[in-house]
Amino acid sequence: MTLTAERARRPSTDRPRRGTKGRQGRETLILMLPALVPVLVFSVGPLLYGIFLAFTDARSGRNAVTSFVGLSNFGDLLTDGDFWASFRIGLIWAVSVTVLQFLASLGLALLLNENLRFRSFARVLVLVPWAMPPVVIGLMWRLVYHPNAGILNSVLQQLGVIGHNVDWLNDFSIALPAIIVVGIWTGMPQTTVVLLAGLQTVPKELYEAGHMDGATTLRRFWSITLPQLRPVIVTITSLDFVWNINQFGLVYVLTQGGPGGQTRLPMLFAYEEAFRYGFFGYAATLGVAFVIVVLAVLGLYIGRQLREAN
Amino acid sequence: MRRPLQYLALLGYVIFLAFPLVWLLSTALKTSQEMASLTPTWIPRHPILTNFTDAFAEQDLVGSALRSLVVAVASSVLTVVLALPAAYAMARHRSLVSRLAVGWVLVSQVFPFILIIIPLFMVLRRLDLVNTLPGLTIVHVTFVLPFALWMLQGYVRAVPRELEEAAAVDGAGRVRSLVKVVAPLLAPGVVATSLFAFISSWNEFLFALVVLKDPGVATLPLTLVKFTGAEGVVRLGPLAAASLLATIPSLVFFAIIQRRLRSGLMTGAVKG
Repeated sequence: MTLTAERARRPSTDRPRRGTKGRQGRETLILMLPALVPVLVFSVGPLLYGIFLAFTDARSGRNAVTSFVGLSNFGDLLTDGDFWASFRIGLIWAVSVTVLQFLASLGLALLLNENLRFRSFARVLVLVPWAMPPVVIGLMWRLVYHPNAGILNSVLQQLGVIGHNVDWLNDFSIALPAIIVVGIWTGMPQTTVVLLAGLQTVPKELYEAGHMDGATTLRRFWSITLPQLRPVIVTITSLDFVWNINQFGLVYVLTQGGPGGQTRLPMLFAYEEAFRYGFFGYAATLGVAFVIVVLAVLGLYIGRQLREAN
Repeated sequence: MRRPLQYLALLGYVIFLAFPLVWLLSTALKTSQEMASLTPTWIPRHPILTNFTDAFAEQDLVGSALRSLVVAVASSVLTVVLALPAAYAMARHRSLVSRLAVGWVLVSQVFPFILIIIPLFMVLRRLDLVNTLPGLTIVHVTFVLPFALWMLQGYVRAVPRELEEAAAVDGAGRVRSLVKVVAPLLAPGVVATSLFAFISSWNEFLFALVVLKDPGVATLPLTLVKFTGAEGVVRLGPLAAASLLATIPSLVFFAIIQRRLRSGLMTGAVKG
């Protein structure tokens, strides 16, 4: 709601230079209004209300009485074993997907930056997961992982890697690694495209100079490519981390959080609390806690990167 | 020595990226008897297309595809209608609001959906919009708007201000210069933005899951998921076929706009 106040105040104070500027400010406001109203009513407003809910005992019922409970939800959260289990799974998921996806995408981007044949084919192929509905990606991988009709078991048996069919998505120890692979597959397009575009902005002269000085390929990669790419790398890995820790749809389709909660990412946990058990307030608390965690992780990570860059 | 290794690595990537897609296609072409056999093969022994026609015969799937289409078209039209004036204002007059809009695009990435979706659900319930397509359309428009604004104002910025000024000198009124000069140049941007809004809505699962509880109004992603849960191996063929069909609109539209999306993502990444 502070946004509205600032918006109303701003045009008159911000435009002292010309007389027409006042009219222009009004015009801007009128033009912006159709877009601003829905965003304020259906996303900024609810977000603020959501933060408020975190401090209440709101329930899902239409006539449920809501009262302010201060920090008690946060206390409950800290002692909730299920939450911590889910939190741990969420961190393993988000960190491994982000890191592995980054390494895989960097390798692919470096290859696509070379003058290889079939390069354009690979460039098109890498974009496909980006366009697919997440639900279809989930269903597709369920077919791949299917214990009897899936291709993975069949291929691995032929290669002699496994002796019997594995139920990838229902095995307590394998389910999480299995969905991490899907996470990497799904997120590779954006990461690769951004890294590739970053690679193309590295000045050619730097490599030529490196070549003259007799630097090896590895050395040129380490001393030229990586430092030049650093801002792009920091941005895309931060975004990937945020997207991954907030992941829901893909894993909901793959495992619904099973088996036995082994893949219950924090957002699946929150969804169940809110829409299966009806604890709106508690689920909102989890959301607020997550904002704090994500901001802290990003702050530490980006801060460190900035210090190292200087 | 280096080249062969590079090709080998590229081949590895291509296999990793392509094999699930190939498997989806292969499954979609298999008979139910073959699906039930214990030795799955890459290439269907007796490829059939009946899975696709079966998918079309499925009442639930066709109905939900139509509902998805209605929501996606309504969302993309509404998004552009609401965003276009604002994008024009943002591009032509630098103001606090435009900076806030860009800020909101970034901030909205960090906030977990659960914080927004619970109160949003309560708002929609109060307005009696739960279990309705207009309710879901409102949600989709709201969530694609910030990014659509950002995209569109880039296109407006690319139209030289001098053209409008020249039109004014030639005696064209404000409205006339917008319609005759700016609109035609903006058309590709409008198309790209509405296609993006269409894809976002067509693919969207989570908000639909929360807003549309009643199976009678389910959109395509919801029905596809329900379909997997309930059916055994035998029905996997039609499911794969339906999944492929559901992907086509997104894939085609994405192919049209991917170049623009890539450059948009890149500017965002470099600036951030």
